[in-house]
Amino acid sequence: MLRYLVPLIVFLGVAGFLLKGLELNPREVPSPFIDKPAPNFSLPKLHEPEAQFASKDMLGKVWLLNVWASWCVACRSEHPLLVQLSRANIVPIYGLNYKDEPDDAKNWLQQLGDAYVSSLIDYDGKVGIDYGVYGVPETFVIDKQGIIRHKVIGPVTPSALDNCVLPLVRKLQQATAQTVVKRTEVEGCV
Amino acid sequence: MSSLKIGIVLLCLFVFAPLAFAKEAEYMAADPEMEKTVNEISAELRCLVCQNQTIADSSAPLAVDLKNQVRDMVESGQSQSDIIDYMVERYGDFVRYRPPMKASTLLLWVGPFLLLLIGVVVLVVNLRKRTAVIKNDGDLSVEENERLQRLLAAESSPQAAKHGNLSSQKAGEEKS
Repeated sequence: MLRYLVPLIVFLGVAGFLLKGLELNPREVPSPFIDKPAPNFSLPKLHEPEAQFASKDMLGKVWLLNVWASWCVACRSEHPLLVQLSRANIVPIYGLNYKDEPDDAKNWLQQLGDAYVSSLIDYDGKVGIDYGVYGVPETFVIDKQGIIRHKVIGPVTPSALDNCVLPLVRKLQQATAQTVVKRTEVEGCV
Repeated sequence: MSSLKIGIVLLCLFVFAPLAFAKEAEYMAADPEMEKTVNEISAELRCLVCQNQTIADSSAPLAVDLKNQVRDMVESGQSQSDIIDYMVERYGDFVRYRPPMKASTLLLWVGPFLLLLIGVVVLVVNLRKRTAVIKNDGDLSVEENERLQRLLAAESSPQAAKHGNLSSQKAGEEKS
């Protein structure tokens, strides 16, 4: 009996691991930045390059930083949702225009609509590296104290927005300096 | 004369044509010693978009950017551990090509040796069992000895062989 049982158990074990492996996404690298301060940066704005945007100016507000580029196909698919979100005036969205030609970027926004309060030119991708960006699009949720609370890797989907990003943003907006809200408190984020 | 001209043209073709395929020179640190350090550090960092390569091996845009970042940091005088810490802070332990020994990576490091150990134990146990069986085979029980003698006797005369076969069949029936 044991003779047949042992290979069966070994087989089930291996099959279990392989089955689990089907669900995991090896391309998804979890950000070690969650619950850490967002790196400070200062970048020129896409539509007024003489003006600088400093991330420090956003202290006191909950905001989204969406990394995008005109050459990025997935950004195109998520953009209508961002435009919709920006019209709802719930949370300001800033764009990090990652390794893009400013002219291409402006054309792209004209075509698809501008979801951003402003877009910031990260021409050589240095700020992207500072934020641990390894693909576009990525979206960071940053709280009033300037701490990254969540990062959406890849396009923001309607379900990710409704179940995670928006509930988290609401909680963060209600939070005071004394209360710490983590993404683990929102069911849809974990 | 004309063959000399052709010769010169051919020579030019062979010498200069490959230059047309030459790539644009990559950005390098001014000091070759420094570039060596940059390459050493790059070989420790995983390319996040082509995950089985280091950023030293990869020419993916992100890998090139990360290598440039490493170069900038080396030029500004930061040490190897500073630079690797900077990358780990941003991309997690995953960015290290050789994962560090930690509670969460222990299985990764010890697993293969554990499997080897299990294999050796199974092998030794099985070998012991087998030698035990072989040793036992040396001593026949009284019944077995009797049967052996009968079979050997049957072998010598064909008539007896029939009888022997029959008796062994009978024995089989009795058993069942």
